[in-house]
Amino acid sequence: MQQSVRDRGNKDGEGEVKLLTGNYAVAEAVKIAKPEIIAAYPITPQTPVVEKLSEMIERGELNAKMINVESEHSAMAVVFGAIAGGSRAFTATSSHGLAYMYEMCWWVAGSRLPLVMAVPTRSIGAPWNIHADHSDVMLLRDAGWIIAMAENAQEAFDLTLQGFMVSEEVNIPYAIGYDAFQVSHAVEPVVVRDVEIPERRQAYSVTPDTVIGLNAVTTTARHYARKDLMVDLENSRKVIERVGREYPEEYGFYEEYRTDGADYVVVLTGAWAGDAKEAVDQLRSEGVRVGLVKLRYIRPFPYEDLRKMDGEFMVIDRASSGNRGILGIEVSSVRDVAANVIAGLGGIELTQDDFYGLIKRFAEGRLSGVVWYP
Amino acid sequence: MILPGNAACHGCPISLAFRAVEEIENPVLVIPAGCSTVIAGMHPNHALRCPVVHVPFASTTAVACGLSESYRRRGIRGNVVAWMGDGAADIGFSTLSASAARNDDIMVVVVDNEAYMNTGTQSSLSTPAGAYTTTTPAGKDTGRRDLALLMLMHHAPYVATASVGYIRDLRRKFRRASGIEGFRFIHVHSPCPPGWRFDSSLTVDVARMAVESLAWVLWEYDGVLRISDISRRSSVSRRSLREYLLVQGRFSGVDDAMIERLEREVLENWKLLQSLETVLR
Repeated sequence: MQQSVRDRGNKDGEGEVKLLTGNYAVAEAVKIAKPEIIAAYPITPQTPVVEKLSEMIERGELNAKMINVESEHSAMAVVFGAIAGGSRAFTATSSHGLAYMYEMCWWVAGSRLPLVMAVPTRSIGAPWNIHADHSDVMLLRDAGWIIAMAENAQEAFDLTLQGFMVSEEVNIPYAIGYDAFQVSHAVEPVVVRDVEIPERRQAYSVTPDTVIGLNAVTTTARHYARKDLMVDLENSRKVIERVGREYPEEYGFYEEYRTDGADYVVVLTGAWAGDAKEAVDQLRSEGVRVGLVKLRYIRPFPYEDLRKMDGEFMVIDRASSGNRGILGIEVSSVRDVAANVIAGLGGIELTQDDFYGLIKRFAEGRLSGVVWYP
Repeated sequence: MILPGNAACHGCPISLAFRAVEEIENPVLVIPAGCSTVIAGMHPNHALRCPVVHVPFASTTAVACGLSESYRRRGIRGNVVAWMGDGAADIGFSTLSASAARNDDIMVVVVDNEAYMNTGTQSSLSTPAGAYTTTTPAGKDTGRRDLALLMLMHHAPYVATASVGYIRDLRRKFRRASGIEGFRFIHVHSPCPPGWRFDSSLTVDVARMAVESLAWVLWEYDGVLRISDISRRSSVSRRSLREYLLVQGRFSGVDDAMIERLEREVLENWKLLQSLETVLR
């Protein structure tokens, strides 16, 4: 059992409050984790993460090697090699970068190598668009990664720290998504925890004295390796919950907001949960019995919890697939989704008023099926 | 370094090159998809006496870079060898180029059989003009890219060409590269019996004919470029290029004009290397 964050540092898990962007908050968390090797290729809005880490290395605050690669495919390949060799490593990307490294993402997961990657989430072309939605991070959905989603810079910081602990306990890579610009570039007060992360752990490493043929050609073994990965990915939820409870905020696997006795439940993830909660408060004050579920993880996914919840479901997606959103598809696999709103692609923001209007229309029975908004 | 009973074809040049890996101190091989993957064996078997990390094509030297850096940080002595065919060098060229430009502390061995042989002989950037492949059924109309010279232009500490026909020279180059720090590149000419269509008993003979006709030149660069004595001797009493080409079924369709073109290219390449030898000394 790992030592709790509250016991590990000073002031009950507290630390210095700094004004940080989401990207810089992630860099501060990575610094605490002390990776030995970092590799990345720049892409907006991820770039400041690795720029900040480069500065930290240059100033001697972080004893790591920054390997500047020529592509994201190579960034993921370098960290794949680094962790296969037994080192803690880190990378970050967005959008087209994640799409470009996609092949290697499967190899890291399939090789059961623990890794943390930050993904300030951005839309994918065409057409070109550098702004926020969740199209990129959802690419990891089938690759066998744990996918965390942060609402703000503090969550991005904490989930990054938790990511190292979770990933190295279950030997599954861990991605932290946080919305482009609203989180990646907006400055917020962040408690930089005064904590230490446990020493690097992983199931195996490849060194010159190990006779191992890692990932040789297989037939049936591939089937069972994939099955083991998926079973362990599901089971990682227990570890995620345990590690999350160690934080003063007691991070749950997902966050339920005013769902008690709710007739209507809104499911979403990411930065705009705050605006949606305001809208829920407003509607509750008007007597509409509405609650909200903010997903803090996309993988594993809380199918059973969602199935058991009362109320009519409205899912608000920031990534599309086929005729539904991706969260809409996921939730639909366990229960009816009365309305699946696909909104805010390419950086279109939804305000409290937008959420208020959408939820009100839903509660009045005037919104159903798949709805593109605006 | 390679166990008997492995999955290589009869007369496989790559299995000859694999034997020479014993010249490398503490090797860890990083192998992308290709014939070498198959030769290394199917899980749970393993035909090589050293650790192997199998990786996707374009990642090869980048994975090797990560491994090597991890060993350096952890104080582990090892020679990380990115071992690939000309196919992986094609698809991963930007990765390879970046590794060379960064001077990653890795050895890169390209076992070049001049086409994508593991998928059944499709044209690669190493395939010479005139050669029949399944994707150039009328013979390739463009020439071969010279990978080793491109690597030389990256200012790597060590670049060499070698051939499975001259195994002592190849072994010496592996040994030499093993002791150098930084990026080392060895381009191994690997005539492939089924792909080039010659009898599997002739691998070494065909490899030697390539060198003797100057179709493949052995050289070494370690700050100074030297054409190897074997090739220098070949230039004095040169074997006919036509003979080298026509021992292979893949050139059976070429006409005299194509042979003349190839002859011209071979001589230009020889002159280029001679000039480089004069400049880089």
